[in-house]
Amino acid sequence: MKKFLALALSIGLGVMIIVALNANELFPSMGEVDITDRISNSFLNRSVLGRAQDVIFGETEVTEGGPANMITAIVADYRSFDTLGEITVLFVSSLGVALLLGATKQKRLDFNFKPNFMLKVGSRALFAIILMTGIYVTIHGHLTPGGGFPGGAMIASSILLLYLADDTFRAKVKGFKILESVAGSLYVVIGLIGLITADYFLVNFINNGIVGTLFSAGIIPIVYVLIGLKVGSEISGVIDNFLTEEETV
Amino acid sequence: MLQYAAIFMMMLGLYGILTNRNIIKIIISLNILEIGLNIFIISVGYVKDGIAPILTSATPSGSIFVDPLPQALVLTAIVIGVGTTALGLSLAKKMFQKYGTYNLDEMGEQ
Repeated sequence: MKKFLALALSIGLGVMIIVALNANELFPSMGEVDITDRISNSFLNRSVLGRAQDVIFGETEVTEGGPANMITAIVADYRSFDTLGEITVLFVSSLGVALLLGATKQKRLDFNFKPNFMLKVGSRALFAIILMTGIYVTIHGHLTPGGGFPGGAMIASSILLLYLADDTFRAKVKGFKILESVAGSLYVVIGLIGLITADYFLVNFINNGIVGTLFSAGIIPIVYVLIGLKVGSEISGVIDNFLTEEETV
Repeated sequence: MLQYAAIFMMMLGLYGILTNRNIIKIIISLNILEIGLNIFIISVGYVKDGIAPILTSATPSGSIFVDPLPQALVLTAIVIGVGTTALGLSLAKKMFQKYGTYNLDEMGEQ
């Protein structure tokens, strides 16, 4: 009976959503969006401040929204304050995990098997490759798909690999905590420098440079690398909290 | 069509949350709901024959881009989803340490 009610509720809600969207004139069917009507058009043309210009890859020196990757331009430039709130959410959740699972004396969870020599050496080799890919994705966040959040998750997954393949490995959790707080504070400090020297909080106060080169887009690569470090160390701390337990005397 | 699939996925997650009594399964259902919602938001910004909004040296001039704003919002949503999942799983681990079971019905019986 309960399952039938749940099924009826789910189907009813789904049908209601579909009917409401179909009847709405403001909601076009998929693929028939006219993007020139939307606010995104000015993000794409980099004309939010009213100075439209033609952007050509590798030639134009853009005046606003520096990166070649426009999603990065939105995340780390136009809506950078939003991203600051987002990494605060991640920080609070990792703090909650540490509060629930952390203890003063911790030890590793034991495995059912003993990892052999090949597994340990092979996982170290893979660790280097995954870590390098994560750092590459983080640094090239303003040019290619990716950026601080996926790059940080990749860095954390390389730490997870070491945890799963070696039963004696334990990361230096204090180092993660220091890295995380330094990266988070530097993000706020960069924002405050913008507030003091230029117009507003988190303004892009360094020259944007030519779009598409590695050293371009002003403070955005710096901010994204800081976000990558912060996300990587936070998720690594969460992984460490899950794979350790309180030492029973 | 993709939008109907995304709404179906959301409703599947909702059904899972309402019927399951296992904490881990509830968290998995929550994630399915979230993924469906993310696909739906992305599909709102899709333009026919549009390419990813990234300038490269191979991008022809005058090409149509898809809407970048929903993608940036989904990036935020994914990260917050990771945070809530981690918090939920840590609560589940703590409950398992106390009651020895993940099933909500069997918990209050000691």
